[in-house]
Formats: sequence, structure tokens, C-alpha cells
Amino acid sequence: MSTFLESLSAVADLAGEHAEDVDTHSRFPKEAVDALREARALSALVDGVPFEEVARGCEVLARACSATAMVFAMHQIQVSVLVQHRQEWPWVEDYLRDLSREQRLISSVTSEIGTGGDMGRSIAAVEPDGTFTKKAPTVSYGEYADDYLTTLRRTPDSEPSDQVTVLTLGSQTTATKVSDWDTLGMRGTCSPGFTITASFSMDQVLPVPFGQIMNETLVPVSHLLWAHVWMGIAGEAFERARKATRKSGASAGAVKTQRLSELHGDLVATRAQVAEALARWLNESSEPGRPALQTMSAVLRHNVLKTSVSQASARICMGALEVCGIAGYRNDSPYSVGRLLRDSLSASLMIANERLHEHNAALLMVVKET
Amino acid sequence: MNDDMEETIRTVLTDNGRLPVAVETIGVADDLYQVGMSSHASISVMLGLEDAFDVEFPDRMLTREVFASIASIKAAVGELLAS
Repeated sequence: MSTFLESLSAVADLAGEHAEDVDTHSRFPKEAVDALREARALSALVDGVPFEEVARGCEVLARACSATAMVFAMHQIQVSVLVQHRQEWPWVEDYLRDLSREQRLISSVTSEIGTGGDMGRSIAAVEPDGTFTKKAPTVSYGEYADDYLTTLRRTPDSEPSDQVTVLTLGSQTTATKVSDWDTLGMRGTCSPGFTITASFSMDQVLPVPFGQIMNETLVPVSHLLWAHVWMGIAGEAFERARKATRKSGASAGAVKTQRLSELHGDLVATRAQVAEALARWLNESSEPGRPALQTMSAVLRHNVLKTSVSQASARICMGALEVCGIAGYRNDSPYSVGRLLRDSLSASLMIANERLHEHNAALLMVVKET
Repeated sequence: MNDDMEETIRTVLTDNGRLPVAVETIGVADDLYQVGMSSHASISVMLGLEDAFDVEFPDRMLTREVFASIASIKAAVGELLAS
């Protein structure tokens, strides 16, 4: 195991100790995130840790605490955008140095009230005086972020689809909480609504259109890292079902053992799908100019990864509950799958699957290699 | 031929682009995403162009860049019609 994954495994042990408390009190997993900072994991992609290890790290953390894993994944998604575009964006070089030194945590402000959940459209705009005000229905770990990556219309006269991305420092940003975070699952991500206002210099605007960033980096990296988180949750639920079945011995019954074996098939198929998508990404993202990532067929593939794995994760957790029976339904048993099931149910909602299916159905009419 | 092609592209954009501005006001080099074409509408435009010119865009051509302006669409359709 690499040094990076060894240190993440230690963070996962710590995250696991606090996971129930984080979930019960819907509180930020501070201990685990501090430990990630201590392990210098927040700057992994800046410091040269391979992407596949960061992805694997998401899965390792998710086995112990979904919220810690999702905070880690969301942060790495923002960092990957910065790292990918550092050549075209001189300002970000100094920032990346600070990020590595100070282990700064970045949140994304992409959702916006009034856009109907469509990340590809914005209402708030970059004002000519270098300010913005954006009303976001959810900002991931909004209160705990050091800095914010926000999508906005390029100018106040721009169309909703003409978007740019701005990175503002915490010292330049005011995040006013406008709602609470009391959810079914992923309770520790603490992602309520915020009104974000910021004042910044124009060189903090990423000089690449958001549409391009979305297709080439944001969507593939989000869907790959989320998929690893969801696979970790499903893997843990399966493991509890396996242990419960083993403990029952002969009394488990043929129906339950068959169900366990079916679940295993589902888990293995999901792992294979994620591994294939990761391998293809590593290959395509390292090609000069990255032509394959610009195609609609790549968008289709990254979307279907998200819809499939999000559904598989919840299905495997549900199946694990059926196998574990009452021991899985209880919150105070070692075979409890309640929290895992609740956490897994967020997967189909973050970037709603029905929106992706609608977009994919349109893409299927025009993409040739499906 | 070229002007006919541009006319047909403008008709397809009018019918499928769901643009907030009149298509005749758009310059050939203007960025269609900046004038308000959504990624969803761009897929309808791709389909409309395939039907209008009786061509099939190979996957390598189905990119954001190729459908970013009337000029880039013209180049792509021209390449397919010539082959």
C-alpha cells in the first residue's frame, strides 16, 4: 500500500470512531478533516499523489464515514479543476502553494436558487466592480470551507449559459447561512443554503468557459470520485451482511445466503464498471489536448457512470438490510446498515438522476458509439 | 453553395437552438454558447444538422468546440460533405 493510502487508512479509522456521533448530531466530521490536513491529504493532487490513489482514498474513507469521504471527494474535485487549468491561470499558482502549505479546504458554490438544479445556468454574475452575490440552496460544508469556487454569469449582461468560475478566499467572502441541514443521510456534510457575497480581483476568474471545464474536468472527476464514495458505502453494507450471515451459521437459510451471493454479483459488477471508467479516464486525461474528453460520447459515459453507480449503491445497501434482517435494522448492532442506507440514498439526488437520464436520452440520439 | 449552407445552418439554429436572440443577428464567428445556446439545445442542433444535410457526425466531431459557432459548424459539415 502507498504511503498516501496508509495515512488515509489511519484517517478512516479515526473517522469511523466518530461516524455515529457525526450522523446523530448532523455535525461536521472535524476530527477526520483535521486528520486529513495533518496527513497533507487536502493537497494530494497538488503534491503529485496519483489520481487513482485519491479515488481509492474516497472509497477507503467511505467504508468508515460517508460524510468524511464526501467532504474529501468534493474538495478534491475543486482542486482537480484548479490543477487542470493552472497553465492558463497564472493567479492560481500562488494559491496552490498556499493550499499545500495551509491545507485549505475548498467548497463549491454551483447550485443556485431559480435555476431548477441546472448547473449549466447561472443567475448571479461577476459585477464590473469585482463582486458577486449568489443565493445557493446548498453549499457543501459551507461553514467549514476556507475558500469557495463559485459559478457565475461572465458579466451582468451575459446569458445564463455563459458562465465562468471564480475562486474567492474566505477573507474575501461572506457566507450567510439561510437554512439548516437536517437531512435523511450524509448528515455530516453540513451543506445548508447560503447567500454568498464576495469581493475579489479579476485575475481570480478562471479564464476558461465553465462549459468546457464542466465537460472535461468537473463532470468526469465528480462522477468518478463520487462513484468511489458510493462503492465504499455499498462495500461496507455488503461486508456487514456477509458477517451477519456468517454469524447466523446454518440458521441463515438458503434464501438469505442466495441473496448475499446475488448482492456480491451486484457489487463486483459495480466495481468493474468503476474500474473501467477510472482506467479510461486516466488514459484519456493524459492525452495531449485531451480530445476524447471533449466529445459528447465521453459526457454520456461519465453520466451513465453516475446514474448506474448511485442506483447500485442504494440497491446493495437495501439488499444488505434484507440479508441482515432485524440486526441490520437496529441502530445499535454491529450489523446495522441504517446509516449506510440513508447515506446511499443521497447518491441519486446530487445532480438528480432524472436530469442526467433526460440529457443522456438526448445524447443517445446523436452519439454513435454507445 | 456556401451561402446556402449558412442559410440552412441558420434555419436549423432557429428551429433547434432555443436562442434568446434572433439568429440573423448572430455573426458567423460569434460564440453560440455566449449568445445563450444551452448544452441541451446544442444536442438538438446536432440532430437538426444531421437531418438537414443528410450527414452523420462521427463521435470525434461531436464536441462543444465544433458546435460553438456558425463558422465551425460550416467547417465540420463541409468536411463531411466533401468526404
